[in-house]
Amino acid sequence: MKPLAIRKGALGKEYADQEIICRQGEPGNCMYVIQSGDVVVLREEDGVEVAVGELGTGDVVGEMAIFEKQPRSATVRSKGRSRIMTLDKRAFLRRVHEDPSLAYKIMQKLSGTIRRLNEELEQLKRNQEY
Amino acid sequence: MSFELDDGSKIGIIGGGPAGSMFAYFLLTFAERMEMELDVDIYEPRDFSQLAPGGCNMCGGIVSESLIQYLATEGINIPDNVVQRGIDSYELHTEEMDARIETPLQEMRIAAIHRGGGPRDTKEVKWSSFDGFLLELAHEMGARAIPKRVSKVGWDDGKPQIIFKEESFTYDLLVGAVGVNSAGWKLFDQLGFGYRKPETVKTYITELNLGYDTITELFGSSMHVFLTNIPRVDFAAVIPKGEFATVAMLGDNIDQEMIDTFFKCAPVRSCFPEDWEPSPGICHCSPKISMKEVPVPYTDRVVLVGDCGASRLYKDGIGAAYRTAKAAALTVVFQSVSKEAFKKYYMPAYKRITFDNRIGLLIFAAIHLIHKVTPLTRGTLKMVIQEQSLPGNRRRMSILMWNLFTGSAPYREVAIRSLDPRFWLKFIWFSATSLRAPKKIER
Repeated sequence: MKPLAIRKGALGKEYADQEIICRQGEPGNCMYVIQSGDVVVLREEDGVEVAVGELGTGDVVGEMAIFEKQPRSATVRSKGRSRIMTLDKRAFLRRVHEDPSLAYKIMQKLSGTIRRLNEELEQLKRNQEY
Repeated sequence: MSFELDDGSKIGIIGGGPAGSMFAYFLLTFAERMEMELDVDIYEPRDFSQLAPGGCNMCGGIVSESLIQYLATEGINIPDNVVQRGIDSYELHTEEMDARIETPLQEMRIAAIHRGGGPRDTKEVKWSSFDGFLLELAHEMGARAIPKRVSKVGWDDGKPQIIFKEESFTYDLLVGAVGVNSAGWKLFDQLGFGYRKPETVKTYITELNLGYDTITELFGSSMHVFLTNIPRVDFAAVIPKGEFATVAMLGDNIDQEMIDTFFKCAPVRSCFPEDWEPSPGICHCSPKISMKEVPVPYTDRVVLVGDCGASRLYKDGIGAAYRTAKAAALTVVFQSVSKEAFKKYYMPAYKRITFDNRIGLLIFAAIHLIHKVTPLTRGTLKMVIQEQSLPGNRRRMSILMWNLFTGSAPYREVAIRSLDPRFWLKFIWFSATSLRAPKKIER
């Protein structure tokens, strides 16, 4: 397990192991960038939690809330200690209006997510066929 | 001769501070997206790992809340070894009282950094240079850092040229990122397109070597802003960093008398232990800041970014460097390097900064007026103090002050917020109930 460089005074906010960063079903008005540490993305269905992804330092999470007026689609929980910085929806959208290229990295991430989901869907269909 | 960049096009950047490095970073990022290979040289004689003045670009060393967020969205996360201290609050100090403004999220989203390797009397180098980090980012994207000072430029058959004694280099585009504290601006005067130096004023910066624990005890994670009665001082700030606290004074050509008076005034004394004699640090400088932009920062194949073109009034100079550098990079990759392209695609971003500065001037005139009328100053601080228990969106004066002193929002947004009648009703109420001086100084 890699050592965590959590330092007092650095940017963002510190989260303890298992602490929830954002919760599925809650309204969202920001996204998050992981400054250090790891987080787990969980989908909850009928009281059962399924881990759908794991993200680490430098990754952005919760970006769907920026583009949709929908509640959070998943819960994000700190895996070990982590430090997370909030990116405001309004500040982001104001700046995107002036400089649309700011959204490129997020579009790239969403495109990667769609690609990964397509691959997983294909795998599921293949498994059903057998 | 085409003005569009293509595979193998050569770009020379004079100055490897934030504007030059960010221009190179975005230029190469956009070129990669377009599957275009460019040849980029950054001329920067400083070694940013050196202690001041050899590695320093002379600045208060604050990366604003908004810039931190934009950079994070761009995928640029300032590493822990560059952020000396995360700032999560501001403390306003006046002659009569103090007020603290906290961010509603209680999250550190402002970075206190050193531009170079550290002040002159650094005993042990624990943090890295912000400018060095950005230059390294540009280098990782493929830019070549050339540790040479450029002293002559010219034209070679319609293309800009950097001329050294022994050799010359011709470029498809020459970028000026020379700031306002070097003689670099003269280079662009040599190119004969009417460039002139931006109007500047002299500020003052000193680094107090107090040690990490003492700084934490005295200043915590707050930036301390002082609105004093010292003539010609607009405002001053103490920015807590790692082993040092940076003192920055802004006003009308700060001189030694103003500095001495500042260190002796009551609000400043109250921030330090009684037995400690606040005095300027060993490392100090009087950098200039831009007060008025250059009207035309471009010609065919030449563009100026950062302070040597336009900067934000009084604050967030690094934010202005980001905006101008990125706008210029977008123009040259997706449009061309002609003056028509710069006029059409670069100037709107540039003019947003310069127009905003005009509003900033009006806001600072209003601040001076408020500061001269004591009940209004008291009313302002009392309103800020009362608001700290309210939800974020109802902290009208606090948001306004936060945006004004952190540089997190454009001045036009500060002005729009100040037009809210609910803000004025509350401000008038607090000022009217502050006609009498407080029984004791509230610190």
